[in-house]
Amino acid sequence: MAQSASRNRNLARRRIIGGLGVGVALTCAVIGAVCLLIILGYVIVQGAGAINRDFLTQLPHPVGVPGGGVGNGILGTFIILGLATAMAVPIGLLTGIYLSLFGRGPIPEGLRFLSDVLSGVPSIAIGLFAYAVLVAPLRHFSAFSASFAFMMLMLPLLVRTSEQAIRSVPQTVREGALALGMSNFRATVQIVIPTAMPAIITALLLAIARVIGETAPLLFTAFGSQFWETNPNKPMAVLALQVFTYAISPYPNWQAQAWGGALLLIGAVFVLSLGARLMLRRAMRGLEA
Amino acid sequence: MTAEPRFRRVARFVSPADRGFAAVVYAGSILFALLIVGLFVELVLGSWPSIVKFGPAFIFSSSWDPITSKFGALPMIFGTVMTSLIAIVLAAFIGIMAAVFLADFAPRWLGQPLSFLIELLAAVPSVVYGLWGLFVLAPFMRTTLGPALQHVLGWTPLFSGPIYGVGLLTGGIILALMIVPTVTAISRDVIVAIPRDLREASMALGSTKWETAMRVVLPAARVGIFGACVLALGRALGETIAVTMVIGNRPEISSSLFAPSYTLASVIANEFTEATTSIYTSALIELGLILFLVSMVVNALARLMIWSVRGSERV
Repeated sequence: MAQSASRNRNLARRRIIGGLGVGVALTCAVIGAVCLLIILGYVIVQGAGAINRDFLTQLPHPVGVPGGGVGNGILGTFIILGLATAMAVPIGLLTGIYLSLFGRGPIPEGLRFLSDVLSGVPSIAIGLFAYAVLVAPLRHFSAFSASFAFMMLMLPLLVRTSEQAIRSVPQTVREGALALGMSNFRATVQIVIPTAMPAIITALLLAIARVIGETAPLLFTAFGSQFWETNPNKPMAVLALQVFTYAISPYPNWQAQAWGGALLLIGAVFVLSLGARLMLRRAMRGLEA
Repeated sequence: MTAEPRFRRVARFVSPADRGFAAVVYAGSILFALLIVGLFVELVLGSWPSIVKFGPAFIFSSSWDPITSKFGALPMIFGTVMTSLIAIVLAAFIGIMAAVFLADFAPRWLGQPLSFLIELLAAVPSVVYGLWGLFVLAPFMRTTLGPALQHVLGWTPLFSGPIYGVGLLTGGIILALMIVPTVTAISRDVIVAIPRDLREASMALGSTKWETAMRVVLPAARVGIFGACVLALGRALGETIAVTMVIGNRPEISSSLFAPSYTLASVIANEFTEATTSIYTSALIELGLILFLVSMVVNALARLMIWSVRGSERV
């Protein structure tokens, strides 16, 4: 009897420890979530006050003149992202096709390794690369060099995902197309890639979400501008860079605008992430069907 | 995977259109490989004058003086390592515990929204963290958290000295916030992938759920979780903008965690466009090269560990 009582007490003790442990684990999960809510809360409260029509459409005003906006930065963000996407998608897709068709052997494995290396390279080092090949030889900063850096940042995700997406298209689909007399080229372009498209678009959205708030490489590529610049061969204003410059400036007016810009960036990232999620769901359904 | 040999036979390119297609595919892949090799080559070329002039002493010298053109990376290496260590210690504990909770204990209605929130945290741009760190965390550190820590731990050199708000500790905390989602998300995936049999066997032997999680599931998942932490460490090492905004930007080595410091990435961010001499630029690029090599090693290590658990699936 005594033994059983002590065993019960032992079990009770173990259950209490378990309960405490789960409590600690729960606290940690909550801390993670609460931190996001605090940061998000600050950005929404501080940022919402700064956002109005002028903020979205006007040029920055000189120091000391109230008002003004980040319209040129928003435009610049679109231009630079557009160019980056236009360069990254073909290269990423082609490499993905190559890896999915010729998946084994030392060369594809080497390429995958390089891609993984690239995904871990700090963005500032990629900025240095863009500077070395596109800024230093031409002796001026340019939006195009920023697009080049963004392209490098987007590529690993695009390569990896398009490879997996194309690979996950059932072999029977390709064989069916070939049996109907299609060439391999047409089978790939007209049948396999469209089937894999939702997954590839998901990856593209995530890649854009990754670079839209990226600031470090912009410091010495796009550099920033006070004007409505649309020429990719010139320095250009970018929203993320404006947020950084305004945040570390000593002027309260600029600091308020930095919060506004941060809210725009977070909004864009969340919309892109949600879009990617919806796209992914569609991709899953497409593959099941 | 088993369909692979058949696949290759099907994928043979014969017709002219196919040949052209194959050529384009090859060209794209070669361009991709060239870009990455080019990245490395350009970094080496750019830092060559500095490598020749300073040699290996560059890594061990602590003077960073643009006026006399004496450059050494030690203060930045120190700052980078310290902030990343603070970040990984904080983030590993919180992240792994959160992953255990989400994987094994959370009811569905709580687990899914929490996972979603933590994943969104991973997507918040670095500059937004920096902004928040500069205007919220740094003042909080100066007025509340710093003095409190000093009150309790001020007798150690780590927590002595004046508190500026910006500094090593603030940088480390911001980094921790940024990498917690990485640790949590990957660790959770690894824990979920541990076979059910192990858990059932442990429960059948009379363990409580908590004992099962701590003594059976976590040890089984440890390689993958360690990989997640190393991957997060890689992110912390290369993180630029957020740290630049809260680290204080002073190339000094101090024993106090409250002291302003500098990291490899933030010195490049701050000084690259202002570098007036070519040796200055070259020294900054060499810092970038060091950063590149370190994060390459760290990432390769992390990926090896995560693959060994997840099998062929890549991160």
